[in-house]
Formats: sequence, structure tokens, C-alpha cells
Amino acid sequence: MEKILVGLKRVVDSNIRVRVKSDGSGVETEGVKMSINPFDEIALEEALRIRERGDASEVIVVSIGGTETQQQLRTGLAMGADRAIQVEIDHAADPLTCARILLALVNKEDPGLVMLGKQAIDNDNNQTGQMLAALWGRPQATFASAVVIEGTAVKVTREVDMGLETIEVDLPAVVTTDLRLNEPRYVKLPDIMKAKKKPLEQIPFADLDIEVATEIKETNFEPPQERQRGVIVDDVAGLVAALKDKGLL
Amino acid sequence: MSKVLIIAEHDGAVLNLSTAKCVACASELPDVEINVGVFAENGEALAAEAAALAGVSQVIRVDNAANANLLAAMLAPQITALADGYSHIFGPSTTFGKDLMPRVAALLGVNQISDVMTVLGSHSFKRPTYAGNAIVTVEAPADKTVVATVRNASYRAVAADGSAAVETTSVDAELPDHTRFVELKAGKSDRPDLQTATTVVSGGRALGSAEKFEIIYKLADAMNAGVGASRAAVDAGYVPNEMQVGQTGKIIAPDLYVAIGISGAIQHLTGIKDAGTIVAINKDADAPIFEVADIGLVGDLFSIVPELEAAISQ
Repeated sequence: MEKILVGLKRVVDSNIRVRVKSDGSGVETEGVKMSINPFDEIALEEALRIRERGDASEVIVVSIGGTETQQQLRTGLAMGADRAIQVEIDHAADPLTCARILLALVNKEDPGLVMLGKQAIDNDNNQTGQMLAALWGRPQATFASAVVIEGTAVKVTREVDMGLETIEVDLPAVVTTDLRLNEPRYVKLPDIMKAKKKPLEQIPFADLDIEVATEIKETNFEPPQERQRGVIVDDVAGLVAALKDKGLL
Repeated sequence: MSKVLIIAEHDGAVLNLSTAKCVACASELPDVEINVGVFAENGEALAAEAAALAGVSQVIRVDNAANANLLAAMLAPQITALADGYSHIFGPSTTFGKDLMPRVAALLGVNQISDVMTVLGSHSFKRPTYAGNAIVTVEAPADKTVVATVRNASYRAVAADGSAAVETTSVDAELPDHTRFVELKAGKSDRPDLQTATTVVSGGRALGSAEKFEIIYKLADAMNAGVGASRAAVDAGYVPNEMQVGQTGKIIAPDLYVAIGISGAIQHLTGIKDAGTIVAINKDADAPIFEVADIGLVGDLFSIVPELEAAISQ
């Protein structure tokens, strides 16, 4: 295939323990470290490996958001993507609108494969890839832990509740990636310098002529109910006694 | 009034408990009528099982050879064809539902609500975000179908004492040939299922190897428990992926959860928040797991676990 399109979402870094704002309007993102959604990073790594194996010739990274998302796109270019597209939008886009945006780019670029993380670690929705596949009328292979291109099809092993499921889907297709698909490469300094010269195209959202989906409104954020720290027992006998006390043994 | 279609999850022979949990969630909707859609190759027994779930008024049985392996690309057009007249379409927040329901939502032109944990009204729900570190209240548009997945750990399965009618129907939907099932490698275990076990024993990175993980299985067997693991233990190859508990693995709510050699990253803790009692065994007294554990024991797991097993086996 010629092209692989990879979505990169800018999210609060996975090592940050987010705090809910006291007025319930959202979570604190001011001054918080932002990164590429880890699942998307895995998607990009896999796309790069497919290209390096000679099964694709170009990897395009896409992000949807404000100017700040260019940081993540530059990181993607430093990892090895050939070019980047930023769809400029000044508000957080819902999954269905994101899927419509990606479909517009798919129609423009005609990729053989679209690779996305299975979920973003901020809203944990796990929807966009499946929605894109539906709108595009193409196969989806979600939660991938192995991806093998076989001519005009791709064989994908999926991490499912029962174990590992393998399906074969015709290209073009959407693949969403799970944790154990690969370990993304580290970016080296010279690559960061090179990435600055790679093309980064900005497309205003309005130019794509997309209907914004009806949103699920988020009306309030609250912290979860915290569990209380319990007792520390001294030994196994103490543990057994405590469990018996609770009627659990 | 609300009319809900719940998409049954099954393995071809029996319903997954997630279906009865979806019914429990849907039962919280005001003034609700609940239907269950059983899509299978031959759904006779499955439909009968669904008809017995308390609160269900009708089961829609759709038999089709294409439904043998519950592929999202096959199911979504059939569900969409049946969607007319339903205000809500619910599926479980298992890998089955997570794969399928967004495809259904997109075909219906709506956004989806993922992981419903509380029903506040016909169009208002609570769901976790940021690995469970924030709970968000969401409002779905009143004039559109509500497509949602139900967070299993938030609901108890309804009883099986009902007797709904079963309607067998065929669906006029064009099914694609671009997606083919190849195989399912399922972990074989006689132990209680991780997602439904009342007791779960989990091991972490501190176990050190697949061989040493054996002591977790032995303890679990003594306690008649399901076995889970932290992401670190799965990544290290001690156990297969289907045993992972946490944000990106399984979210579980056993009465008793025993975390052994697990430090307690937030991504793991989000998977066990709803457990009744959490026991932590770890050599590091400062491990975050002790902040949420009801009972903690600090020490070397390799001496504690066999001793605990012996004490319980007595």
C-alpha cells in the first residue's frame, strides 16, 4: 500500500494524576505535562515498522486541535513519520466529529490503512476508530496485539476478554492498537532537528465542510469516591483473622 | 417512556453475565421497557436464557450464519436495521461491546456514552474518565437514540426468574464480506472467571517469572478464586493478556481482591475500585496499593503466600 494515516491525540501525560477542578467544570490541565496518547504512539510505531518492512511507502500523522497539537505532530515526525496534518479546531471535538474529520482526510489521502490508539487515556471513550470504520464502510480490527500485512488484506490478532482473537480484514481498513503490539522507539536529538523540516500542513476545520455531531454534554466533573486506608496486620495469622472477621474466609 | 434494546453477549452456547448486568442498568431508566437482541448462528437456547432475565419484556432473536463469531462489522448493520422505535441501545463495556457499539452509534449518527456507571435519568448518566480519576455527568441529546456501553463492575446481574416472549425475526441488512474470523485462542482454565468471581487473587511484577507465578494459582485454588494480574506481569510474559486487571484490561468488582506483589499504579487501581475488600501483600510498605487496601500485610510474598495457602487449606 502507499499510505498509512495515523491519528495522534494530545492528552495529559499518563504519569500525571489528574485533579478535578473545584468548580466541577473539568480537570486541571494548566501547566500539566502533555504527551501523545500512549496508544496512538504504539499505532505510529507499528505504521513505521510496516513502512520499514516495505509494506507501505508513506506514514502521515494527523492531529485535531489547536496550535499546541503541533508539538505532538513534531514528535511524531521525529519518530519517523513523513509528514503531518493538523486539523485546526478551537474546541475539543467529540468522537463522531473526529471520525468525520478523519473520513474527510481519508477521502483526500486515500490511505491503505488508518491506525489509531484503541482509546485516549483522557476521556477513555474507545470509539473513534470504530466510528471511522463505520462511516467509511470498511473493516475494523480493534485492540490489536499483532498486525501482519498479507497482500490486499491484513491479519490482526486482537486482545479480547476471552484471550486472543485473530481476524483477517481486507484493505483499506482501520486498525486500533493495544498496549502489547510494540514498544515505541525513543526519539533521538538529530531526528528532532530533522523533524522541523518535514512538512506540516494546517487545514482549518471549516474547510472540511463537516457537520458537527450532536454532542454528549459533560455537565459536571467530580472526584471519585476514595477508598479509605485500612489496617496493617503483622502476619499471616493476623490476615486470616481479619478475613474471618469480615466473613470472607 | 424509554424503550431499550440490549445487545446480548454470548459465546454461542451461553450468555455472558454482562448481559444480565446491562439489564440491571437499563432497569434504572425511568418508565422503561427492556428488549434483548440475541444475534447468533442458532440462538434458541440463548434467547430462552435472555427471556428469563428479570425485567426483560421481549427477546428479539436473529439467527444468521454470519453471527457465528459476533464480528462488529456483521452485527452493526443488523442492529441498526432493528433500531427504529428504540430510545436506547445498550451493550456491555467488555471487549465485545467496546468493539461493536461505537460502530452502531456511528451508523445511527450519534455519539456514544462509554462505561455508564450510574443512571440519573433517561438521558443523564455518570461515567468515569481519566482512568477513573474523574467522574463526569453527561447529558445525551433528548431527540436522538442513546447508544451506550454499561460498566460491568457497577451493576449486579439481575435474577433469572422472568419469562419474556421470544420473537424470531430476520433482518434486512446487507452484510459485508471484508471481515473474516480466523481463530480464537482462549485461555483454558477450570478456575472461576476473572470477571465474575467473588474472590480474585492477582499477582504483579514482583512474582518475577511465569514459574514463580504458580504460587498465585495455588493460593487462588485454595480460595476458589479467579486469577488476575497487573499490566507489568502481563507485559513481562508471566501470564496471558486476558488476565490483566486495570484501565485497559478488565474492570472487576469481586467481594474480595487479593493483590500480591502489585505496587498499585492508578491504572491498576481503577480496575479494582469497586471490590468489596482489598487485601494487599507487598514488601514495600510505601507502595500505593496500601492506600486503598482494607487489609495490608508488609513482607516477602514468597514466604507469606505459601503460608497463607496452608492456613486457608487447613
